[in-house]
Amino acid sequence: MKHVDEYRDRPRAIALARAIDEVATRPWRIMEVCGGQTHAIARFGLEELLPTRVSLLHGPGCPVCVTPAETLDHAVALARRPEVVLCSYGDMLRVPGSTIDLRTARAEGADVRVVYSALDALALARSSPEREVVFLAVGFETTAPGHALAVHQARREGLRNFSLLVSHVLVPPALEAMLADDDRRVDGFLAAGHVCTIMGASEYEPVARRHRVPIVITGFEPVDILHGIQLCVAQLEAGRAEVENAYPRAVRPDGNPHARAMIREVFEVRDRRWRGIGEIAASGLGLAAAYAAFDAERKFGLVATPAADPDRGCRSGLVLVGKLRPPECPEFGTRCTPDHPLGATMVSSEGTCAAYYRYRRPA
Amino acid sequence: MCLAIPGEIVELLAVAGGELATGRVSFAGVTKQVCLAYVPEACVGDFVLVHAGFAIAQVADDHAREMLAYLAGAEQEEP
Repeated sequence: MKHVDEYRDRPRAIALARAIDEVATRPWRIMEVCGGQTHAIARFGLEELLPTRVSLLHGPGCPVCVTPAETLDHAVALARRPEVVLCSYGDMLRVPGSTIDLRTARAEGADVRVVYSALDALALARSSPEREVVFLAVGFETTAPGHALAVHQARREGLRNFSLLVSHVLVPPALEAMLADDDRRVDGFLAAGHVCTIMGASEYEPVARRHRVPIVITGFEPVDILHGIQLCVAQLEAGRAEVENAYPRAVRPDGNPHARAMIREVFEVRDRRWRGIGEIAASGLGLAAAYAAFDAERKFGLVATPAADPDRGCRSGLVLVGKLRPPECPEFGTRCTPDHPLGATMVSSEGTCAAYYRYRRPA
Repeated sequence: MCLAIPGEIVELLAVAGGELATGRVSFAGVTKQVCLAYVPEACVGDFVLVHAGFAIAQVADDHAREMLAYLAGAEQEEP
């Protein structure tokens, strides 16, 4: 497939790994932010290609993993209402709330449907005017424009039976939170390429300056990731801390202005609780006042109460910020597996624990 | 979750007033209907990155070629 196969070429990957080996003189810890990148790193065995001086820390960029239990509880409560069709991306169905997950709610008779796009949920609302269609809107900046457009279109069409249960999160505040930690582990970041496809590079400039940390916008194929690491190591060795774009075929400096404008129109920035991490100020999105009629929490009178963390014995909070590698967890692969996950990092295929379990378990 | 797959626009679909711009995009032969509202400049034959039913960017061919040329140069420097 064009724009994919070229970046999975093994000789190219090996040449880049050698170039990294040549330039790295000291130990460096580089964090890839996005769960999609974590998945690719595990799948293609990229850590084995790198010199031991360069270690990769896996970041919090898996929206399935950081969606708080109370959002899942709200989704379950909505799904149990007879008039509601609860639509969700497939990987949210197995994430435990404080009591049950959506898959269990569905088995108990709730109308829970897996959709590929927010537009599928919108189409369902159009064709089923007697039902209340609620879409579970989770994700980072990559996913927000689609959700924003679905709501914008619903308002334009005068649809009253469509709403969003929103738990959107933003990348830059999460980077700031990790960098402000006294126990800072990260020397450089690979920024999530598709988030930057939407948002561009500019919001990372103050982060790089303030914390003296290189941030390299990086794609998702093996060659893309190694190229991002190469540029990041080169900056670290030279004592530079800049925002650099290693994924220019998909990321323009100003991102996608049409998509950014729609996010600004429909959403506003809010404080958000991240599962396993806690509350981060101004780290999420909620529906703006003009779109409050499409806010499922408001429409159905759901009160936001932080739910107890159900992940007893799960250390996913440490995994999410790069402080614990999955094999270092005593539950990994024993009491905690993808079939019986203790926490969200094992549930989502992009969760660090699930990626390690699938690709990196010793035979 | 933030996965986006490159595909080639094979058809722009006619839409009525008030409907979202839509096209058919081929992913190595498998075609899907995709919302093109965020890539208004894209034409048939262009590659777009598709995420959850929305094209979020047009793939910049010139930048793709530049990077591949840069990487080819790096390979040739190897002994």
